[in-house]
Amino acid sequence: MTAGPGRLEEPVVRFDRVTKLFERPGEGTFRAVDDLSLEIHAGTRVALLGKTGCGKSTMFNMIAGLLDPTEGTVTVNGRDPFREFDSFRGKLAVVFQNDRLLPWRTAIGNVEIGLEMLGLAPQERHDMAQRWLTQLGLGGHENDYPHALSGGMRQRVSIARAFATNAGLLLCDEPFSALDEITGQRLREEFVSLVREKRKTAVFITHSINEAFQIGDRIVVLKRPARIAYDVKISPDLDAAEKEAIRARILDELSA
Amino acid sequence: MSATAPRPNGAPPGAVAAARRYGEVVAPYLVLAAVWQLAALAFPSYLFPPLDAVLARFFAIVTSAKQFTDVLATLWRILAGLAGAFLIGGVIAFVMAQSRTMDRFLAPILTFFQGIPALSWVVFAIIWIHGIELRIFVIMVMTTLPAFTFQILGALRAISKDLFEMVLSFRPTRWGRFRVMVLPSILPDILTAWKVNLGNASRVVVVAELVGATGGIGYELLQQQQLFDMTGALAWTLQLVFFVLLVQRLLAWIETHAFRYRAASEHSL
Ligand SMILES: Nc1ncnc2c1ncn2[C@@H]1O[C@H](COP(=O)(O)OP(=O)(O)OP(=O)(O)O)[C@@H](O)[C@H]1O
Ligand SMILES: [Mg+2]
Repeated sequence: MTAGPGRLEEPVVRFDRVTKLFERPGEGTFRAVDDLSLEIHAGTRVALLGKTGCGKSTMFNMIAGLLDPTEGTVTVNGRDPFREFDSFRGKLAVVFQNDRLLPWRTAIGNVEIGLEMLGLAPQERHDMAQRWLTQLGLGGHENDYPHALSGGMRQRVSIARAFATNAGLLLCDEPFSALDEITGQRLREEFVSLVREKRKTAVFITHSINEAFQIGDRIVVLKRPARIAYDVKISPDLDAAEKEAIRARILDELSA
Repeated sequence: MSATAPRPNGAPPGAVAAARRYGEVVAPYLVLAAVWQLAALAFPSYLFPPLDAVLARFFAIVTSAKQFTDVLATLWRILAGLAGAFLIGGVIAFVMAQSRTMDRFLAPILTFFQGIPALSWVVFAIIWIHGIELRIFVIMVMTTLPAFTFQILGALRAISKDLFEMVLSFRPTRWGRFRVMVLPSILPDILTAWKVNLGNASRVVVVAELVGATGGIGYELLQQQQLFDMTGALAWTLQLVFFVLLVQRLLAWIETHAFRYRAASEHSL
């Protein structure tokens, strides 16, 4: 864009001293995110690790424009995702922590939701949704309603729904947690190659250090309430000892 | 769901199940008819006329153009009143769901109106309004509006926040939100609201016609009372009852077909 030579590229996601408080009826306020600053640049895959309840999903909701920060600013592509809500159509996609499938739509109908919002023609979105379902191993279940799918199948439908929109920024909240080892492994690999190929930016939450190493090229560990405890780049040419040191540090931060 | 009871030899597989389903539908009405027929044997026929006389009269009404027009007029009034209350109630419910201020303002008013008996509305409407159709329409709307509004409002409030935010994350237009999320999630409750209000409306319409109209089932019932004609009173009443049953069946059919997506436990509640 207007970034001239020498100027740093504008980050895709930027948290600038963000605090998020929740009202607790009768108990004052609860601090879920605390003075958090973080920048995420285009084309990176950031793994977020942190204890349960430390504010990871809350961060996602602020990036997705579903929650408004109490203090500080969140910007995505230089804009405010909460106030300029509609300007992000087709630009970001979320895989939520729970599958959130519409019970009255079939698997393929659920995958088509985002494509409908983008105004694709019915045939086009049907074909696209079909391709994604097949890729995620759900061929033959297109016309099943969510209640007739297993937990892992539902999760894959919700991954297909987010990825089908071809958004540049992917927010994935424990996307591969409900899958068996083999399927999870295959999808993690496909996820990495997809994000790489299409130069997408991905932020994903995980509770597995192994998964963070496998998918991420950067790992961010959060304290509770959400604040950066450890932020490290994972380059492919780390040797075993360096990896082990990073792993030990992550474990350390997580058990602090 | 499908029953796997042992079948008698030679019967085609579907026939038993079909006969059984049919029997389940008919049985309650057969029992009602039998009880009535027993009463008809025990009491004089001007009090409990025999069933065949009632049925003959029922079909006389259906086949007489002039009398069946009265039936249609009443059915039309029920449906028009319900449609009016549904549309107005829907708009009010949306306004209340959107704004806390409007909710706090309108809820007490609706509750106040809910306390007014149908018969009072009949009296008010006769005093205020001269045109018969408009008068009945107002009575029908005013008596069903509060319930309709609260039912739709309840449905709007029950929309899942998680699912709604999932849809929002794709940045739908206002119409897209409504079409993809709001409408499908409130539809089952709207159907239930129609079922409940249909029952209420069919009772209110007779009262409205009894005192405020020159035609319709309620008006005809008044004639039968003046003639002391129990057969006629029953035959006219059955017109209304059968209509309500018919519409209820239709709504139930829509329910089982349109809401197939709902999973049921293999245990009963
Ligand atoms: N709407 C809300 N109202 C009040 N408190 C909330 C709300 N949403 C989240 N919280 C609180 O904020 C904290 C962070 O929640 P969040 O869902 O972001 O955690 P998380 O890091 O995603 O946890 P997990 O790994 O278990 O999913 C929790 O303690 C939770 O109780
Ligand atoms: Mg979470």
